[in-house]
Amino acid sequence: MTAGAIGMLIFGSTILFGGLAVCLNIAMKND
Amino acid sequence: MEKNNVENRDQWGSRLGFILAAVGSAVGLGNIWRFPYMVYENGGGAFLLPYFFAVLTAGIPMLVLEMGLGHKMRGSAPLAFRKIKEKYETLGWWAVLVTAVVTVYYSVIVAWAVNYMVFAVKQSWGADPNAFFFKDYLGATGFWDFGTIKTNVLLGLAVVWGITYVILYNGIKEGIEKASKIFMPLLIVLLGVMVVRGVTLPGAIEGLNHFLEPDFSVLKDYNVWVSAYGQVFFTLSLGFGIMIAYSSYLPKKSDVVNNAFITAFANCGFSFLSGFAVFGILGYMAQAQGVPINEVASGGIGLAFIVFPKAINLLPGMNSFFGILFFMSLVVAGLSSIISLVEAFTSSIMDKFKMTRKKAVSVVSLGGFLCTIVFATGLGISILDLVDHFLNNYGLAVVGLAECIILGYLWKLTTVKEHVNSVSDFKVGNWWDISIKYVTSIVLGYMLIMKVKTELTVAYGGYPTSALMTLGWGLVIALLVLAYVMKNISWNEDVLLDVNSAKEEI
Repeated sequence: MTAGAIGMLIFGSTILFGGLAVCLNIAMKND
Repeated sequence: MEKNNVENRDQWGSRLGFILAAVGSAVGLGNIWRFPYMVYENGGGAFLLPYFFAVLTAGIPMLVLEMGLGHKMRGSAPLAFRKIKEKYETLGWWAVLVTAVVTVYYSVIVAWAVNYMVFAVKQSWGADPNAFFFKDYLGATGFWDFGTIKTNVLLGLAVVWGITYVILYNGIKEGIEKASKIFMPLLIVLLGVMVVRGVTLPGAIEGLNHFLEPDFSVLKDYNVWVSAYGQVFFTLSLGFGIMIAYSSYLPKKSDVVNNAFITAFANCGFSFLSGFAVFGILGYMAQAQGVPINEVASGGIGLAFIVFPKAINLLPGMNSFFGILFFMSLVVAGLSSIISLVEAFTSSIMDKFKMTRKKAVSVVSLGGFLCTIVFATGLGISILDLVDHFLNNYGLAVVGLAECIILGYLWKLTTVKEHVNSVSDFKVGNWWDISIKYVTSIVLGYMLIMKVKTELTVAYGGYPTSALMTLGWGLVIALLVLAYVMKNISWNEDVLLDVNSAKEEI
């Protein structure tokens, strides 16, 4: 894969799955 | 009496159940066939920047707004808006009537996917999936030749509406929640297998490069930003009244803000992963045929029922297995959305007429199935295309804009904000008000003006004026009139007591 594609893969995954993980973590702590 | 009304309302059994159902509603066919192609067409990975910006400034704020409204008012869209002001009930009805029509044609596409799951066993579409789809399978005709009713499509529709009926008949906890706990994990497994297969095919890397290689120059084009907002708005089940109805079934002390964030991230994460499966397979297909990727890349119905069958033919092995898996993922994603669409309409009927769930679900499911019969004719695909175009652009977008204006300017947005902040894991700040009142309103308003301008210049799809006036503009206006009629039908006395006490609280 090109460097640009890899960069966007990392960027997209971090925002989406990182964001999801943080929110799920908060939800589990509060439940 | 008011207390009974609220306490008798169905409830989700768990927070997980609600989240899975909300994600199931948001994740649909568009995540698989629309998002990846949209990224590819709008600057590849660079599109993720406006897309994420739109998620944060329009998608999540609107989700919080709809979920907060449903949770506070504890009613379907018409009831929730009625509790704000009597005349706003029309907007609630318009939203769920648009939803009802969308359900009818959406169920047809899922029915096609059910049929294609069976066709995938022997790749019955043969060497020319395009001719098979339009001629042999649909027997497609032009306006106003209805052709014949296709039995296969009708059987697929019976399966789709039968499953929907059984799930909704069993209620929120025993029906939708249990189904979501099966559908969502199954969908993740199916997508996981498709992604692994897609990215390990020869030529897949080339496909992924086309999907993600960023062209940042597109960020100067405002149309790309508008496309990002459009995609976000349609992918999160906004403007349907679904999230209002679903949140009305949450227990009183339930989170709203974090649930909205989780729903948005999970839905967009699913779309992002789908891109790897789709473009991995398209990259392989382009290499196998010795053509550039732009000759095979497409979106929508063409991708699912023409390009993918071709790709399945070309797979190096286990063609039937991966064919079944692909169409099964469309069926599962579609079904989880259909149950939410039908529930948004059914809950409105239940609220307005104080009808039992079993009766309302039976009436709506039977009515819905009968209405879909026209889509099983040769004219079905043309009607579907036309109705989809008008309802998406002038139904849902207008509902979204009207929600922003009514709740943001004509009512007290702080009422919803204070409510969601009082029950949520974390709170929304001023950015939320700004997003609803300015960002979303302006973008949706601009989108609408541009769409109408294009509509008046070019006749959509080259369809005859008679079709555009009846099934296009005519339908949009007819639904608005019907919404006004529904608003003027008297509510059950018990429900009105509930409405009046809610108004006093506000």
